[in-house]
Amino acid sequence: MPIWYGWLNRSAEGAPKLELPPGEKECVESTQYMRTSHVDLLNNWKETVVRDGKRTYVSSTGKEYTMSLTNTCITQCHSNKAKFCDRCHDYMNVQPWCWDCHNFPKEAGK
Amino acid sequence: MSLDRRTFLKIGGLTIAGFALKPAYTLLSAPPTLPAAPPAKKRWAMLVELRASTHKDWWSDCIAACHRLHNVPVFQNVKHEIKWIWTSPFAEVFPEQVRQFTKEELKQRPVLVLCNHCDNPPCVSVCPTKATFKREEDGIVMMDYHRCIGCRYCMAACPYGSRSFNWKDPRPAVPTINEAYPTRTKGVVEKCNFCEERLAKGQVPACVEACKDKGLYFGDLNNPDSEIRKVLEGRFVLQRKPSLGTGPNVYYLV
Repeated sequence: MPIWYGWLNRSAEGAPKLELPPGEKECVESTQYMRTSHVDLLNNWKETVVRDGKRTYVSSTGKEYTMSLTNTCITQCHSNKAKFCDRCHDYMNVQPWCWDCHNFPKEAGK
Repeated sequence: MSLDRRTFLKIGGLTIAGFALKPAYTLLSAPPTLPAAPPAKKRWAMLVELRASTHKDWWSDCIAACHRLHNVPVFQNVKHEIKWIWTSPFAEVFPEQVRQFTKEELKQRPVLVLCNHCDNPPCVSVCPTKATFKREEDGIVMMDYHRCIGCRYCMAACPYGSRSFNWKDPRPAVPTINEAYPTRTKGVVEKCNFCEERLAKGQVPACVEACKDKGLYFGDLNNPDSEIRKVLEGRFVLQRKPSLGTGPNVYYLV
């Protein structure tokens, strides 16, 4: 297989398309940042809440959010785990263990 | 005067040894001091009324409220037990208070116990990953479950047995999951967090709220006007194993 074959076919096929939660236009940070670094963001949130006891995040646009995976991200916006989390993680073949401890509220999944 | 080699070495040796006298003297004569408590803006503390038993088992509501809120699992096997707040016999809680003729009834009387959120927490000193630490701004001994590697050094270090290890996946053993609060996972240690998430919202800990008949007081020891300081100043209190120098922040009103 010539090496340039992959380069010619570099557009990712079957990549899941981002669907915005109904009624929401923007996430905590820009789409590109969230796509590449949402784990860093969540990790920083965890450190800030647990170590410093600070719970309010000010985004780069100046909006304030309560730092909580379940109580902010999931409950307020991304209530569909299959559509939002799993689709992309399955495509990338990553198995994050967030949900071993953190809850995905049942009513949020509806 | 002429010195032979042997005398010169003797005098030289004694001179060098003499320089060590002063530091050795200061080191050995200094009284043993405990490390000072880290500066904290707040210092949360709890008072437990030992005689609050206006009715028997007054604490069962407190324990239930805490364990329900924090998704504490229930395991039938005592070796797997997870405890945030529980009761223990008086003789085990206050071994220094047991005398020759202490009544058996008193020795066996259950006392409410929880993490003491010590001023000098030994669990924090031994943690190799800094998964457990003492927060400077409020003195709470916290845990970062993401960092815990499950070595259980902290369990060996804690003189109060306040820490439990998850030998099994706790999630299936939680009676009803409170979705607003995470569960833990197999292989991490957990303990009471003084309801840090409620304090952030200005609420008192769940156990204090659930004990309607004033068996528990909670407040900031650094605030001289707080209720807890007033009660502490006016009553005789016990601490658990104070001679260990851990500086427990849970007091027992006699």
